[in-house]
Amino acid sequence: MYLIKSINELAPKIWQIWVNAPHVAFHAKAGQFVILRINEFGERIPLTISAIEGDDIRCIFMAVGKTTSALAAHRSGDYIRDVAGPLGKPSEIKKYGTCVVIGGGAGIACCPIIARSLKADGNVVKGIIGARNAELLILEDEMRDSCDELFITTDDGSKGVHGFVSDILKTEIQKGSIDAVWIIGPAIMMKVTSEVTRPVKIRTFVSLNPIMVDGTGMCGSCRVKIGDQIQFACVDGPEFDAHKVDFDLLMKRQRAYLQEEKLALEYHNKEQCKCGGPNNE
Amino acid sequence: MNDRPVNERLKDFKEVDSGLTSDEAVLEALRCIQCKKPLCIGGCPVGIDIPGFIKLISEREFEKALEVIYNDNLLPAICGRVCPQENQCEGVCILSNKEKGVAIGSLERFVADRALVQKSNRKCSVNPTNKQIAIVGSGPAGLTGAAELAKKGHSVTIFESLHEAGGVLVYGIPEFRLPKWIVKREIEQILSLGVSLKINHLVGKSVSPEELLQFDAVLIATGAGLPHFMGLPGEHLSGVYSANEFLTRVNLMHANDFPKYDTPVKQGSRTVVIGGGNVAMDAARVARRMGAKVTLIYRRRRDDLPARNAEVIRAEEEGVSFVFCSNPIKVLGDEAVTGVECLQMALCEPDESGRPGTEPVPGTNFVIDCDICIQAIGQDPNPLLLQSMPSLKSGKKGTIAVDINGKTSIPHIFAAGDITTGAATVILAMGSAKTAADEIHKMISI
Ligand SMILES: Cc1cc2nc3c(=O)[nH]c(=O)nc-3n(C[C@H](O)[C@H](O)[C@H](O)COP(=O)(O)OP(=O)(O)OC[C@H]3O[C@@H](n4cnc5c(N)ncnc54)[C@H](O)[C@@H]3O)c2cc1C
Ligand SMILES: Cc1cc2nc3c(=O)[nH]c(=O)nc-3n(C[C@H](O)[C@H](O)[C@H](O)COP(=O)(O)OP(=O)(O)OC[C@H]3O[C@@H](n4cnc5c(N)ncnc54)[C@H](O)[C@@H]3O)c2cc1C
Ligand code: SF4
Ligand code: SF4
Ligand code: FES
Repeated sequence: MYLIKSINELAPKIWQIWVNAPHVAFHAKAGQFVILRINEFGERIPLTISAIEGDDIRCIFMAVGKTTSALAAHRSGDYIRDVAGPLGKPSEIKKYGTCVVIGGGAGIACCPIIARSLKADGNVVKGIIGARNAELLILEDEMRDSCDELFITTDDGSKGVHGFVSDILKTEIQKGSIDAVWIIGPAIMMKVTSEVTRPVKIRTFVSLNPIMVDGTGMCGSCRVKIGDQIQFACVDGPEFDAHKVDFDLLMKRQRAYLQEEKLALEYHNKEQCKCGGPNNE
Repeated sequence: MNDRPVNERLKDFKEVDSGLTSDEAVLEALRCIQCKKPLCIGGCPVGIDIPGFIKLISEREFEKALEVIYNDNLLPAICGRVCPQENQCEGVCILSNKEKGVAIGSLERFVADRALVQKSNRKCSVNPTNKQIAIVGSGPAGLTGAAELAKKGHSVTIFESLHEAGGVLVYGIPEFRLPKWIVKREIEQILSLGVSLKINHLVGKSVSPEELLQFDAVLIATGAGLPHFMGLPGEHLSGVYSANEFLTRVNLMHANDFPKYDTPVKQGSRTVVIGGGNVAMDAARVARRMGAKVTLIYRRRRDDLPARNAEVIRAEEEGVSFVFCSNPIKVLGDEAVTGVECLQMALCEPDESGRPGTEPVPGTNFVIDCDICIQAIGQDPNPLLLQSMPSLKSGKKGTIAVDINGKTSIPHIFAAGDITTGAATVILAMGSAKTAADEIHKMISI
């Protein structure tokens, strides 16, 4: 059992949770994730480790379906049944020169830890974070502290530049040399944004989020196509060379359980009135 | 075998074989002629004193019979169910020449089940040695190693990456062949020897190689859980599973009870399973219980099926249809699977395994419609730990290289089970873990 130290809503439906998990905190590095399971009936879901402090780790998640909604209903002092990790390969942190770290929506969660690690290795780090509107923008202060320069975009212009993260990336590439780029967000955003760096051949990493079960390389649920190779995102990734990723395939596989996910959420909403979890027969 | 009727067992995941009553067990035990030179013992990879425990059963001394088994096998309720007895103890029993060999597995299971129901705990009265031992993986090999070393008074910690201990016994082999409460009880018994279990710990990630080397000895028992894919076009489609994923979703995550349990699995109306081993049979029979029409495709003949014969017969009884001498070449569909295109195979020269090799016959293409396709064509050793410890010497096909006592290339590190052999059997995993545990004990007791 793992203690929830604190939990709060950063923006509508985007939650920050601090969990006591020494075995994870001790070894975790930027880019890695945990698999958690709320209770005996729970699904195993992956969440990125977005900060580490002592024995505690932070995850930031969007309440999109059954498990994430149930997690958001927890309070500090509650326990989570299982937290496994750190899983996956850490980000390839080294000295590149100038790096850009781009986050979209809940994907911003993963950015500060990568930006800080890159800076610690002597890189100049530019941050670009974007959201649909000002209200949904998270971790602005943290990103400002972690980067040498920070740009903000919103789809509706309610904050920062009116437009997309890819627009800023384009102008930054024109302005000066950039040696490596991280793009983290919804699959479609990663697909579109990594097209900006492809023609100019800048090393670009994306963090893929296929559906996972074990997260340890034993089921193949998370298989993704990288170049002409099938790889398992949980052990070979989750970060991959953006220009080799088959994003269309990723998005297809992410949709595999749409119907079941809807059912699970309905079931969850129905059962919620009965003290939180599904009742034991 | 006391199998429940087919129409009843297809409706649930409860055990197919309901086991022997005590009268039946005594009668069966009386069939054993107590050979002077019992062949059966040689057929058991851990050398249980089979006539010894059978004699005690015939005298209704069930507890004493169990003590005899425990000398060599700590997981008898499991082995009695899943050992390929027909090729081992029962296959070589002298009576198998004339009639049927003594039902050794069923007898072993009978005495073990009685004790599990009564929840009698085994105790350990040895003085603690203060030697720290790490076991990586909690499948049959890890559990056996842990028990053997704890019984000697060493302080044992098991690291398991999943949220439950048991390895393939919990995530692979289905409930109807091996009820989970039995695995749980057997594990509780081992933990009651003072073994500590750390779940959610993936060694190589949650525990570093350096931390591992601080233990006085390490036993690596990480199994062969890396699923193969055939590399067919269309394999990425929704509805295509490795057997490991399909079985894990159902056995470990209880997807058959969705949405009470959160993890879903696709509900197919027609399922195709590719492969012919125990894993393929298990996947096919789980799919039947999930309500699908199931077709199993195997590239050789029925007689060549590597699965246990008893399980093949049960699969047939349960309505799994078999297509032999065929192999898939393509998974059809756009977003989700709609079918599998196959070619017929011709048999040719025997291969290394002694079974006939196969060759596709051009122009014999045919399609089997399906909405789920499960690939059960084998598993490789888990590569993760070897990757994180490059100085550990590997053997063939991704195994960890060991000598006959389970020693690896790094002093104080031993390995046992499927990680050293590739996918094998429960009893072989246990046997090798016992050997390694003995060697560890010798080494640290000097
Ligand atoms: C390596 C990795 C890191 C991730 N990090 C974060 C993060 O930091 N913050 C965050 O908000 N989300 C993250 N995700 C996505 C997160 O795991 C899913 O949002 C979550 O599983 C949804 O579960 P649900 O039951 O609430 O929603 P559901 O209704 O079940 O699903 C909603 C969406 O989540 C995806 N999903 C469902 N089940 C799984 C599963 N078992 N594994 C992966 N994806 C699934 C589906 O594609 C679906 O589109 C990450 C995913 C991966 C693979
Ligand atoms: C579906 C199926 C049916 C089978 N049917 C039979 C049968 O009827 N009879 C029979 O005799 N055999 C059968 N087998 C084979 C048998 O189950 C295996 O040979 C046996 O389980 C091997 O035991 P093991 O302890 O070596 O590995 P496993 O049982 O695979 O256990 C390994 C454990 O290690 C854990 N692990 C892996 N890596 C790490 C790590 N880095 N850190 C921490 N933990 C880790 C895994 O999560 C797992 O729990 C079957 C196998 C399958 C898949
Ligand atoms: S352990 Fe297996 S092989 Fe040995 S006696 Fe029991 S059933 Fe037979
Ligand atoms: S070989 Fe058969 S008959 Fe002989 S002792 Fe063993 S079980 Fe009994
Ligand atoms: S999640 Fe199972 S192999 Fe990656």
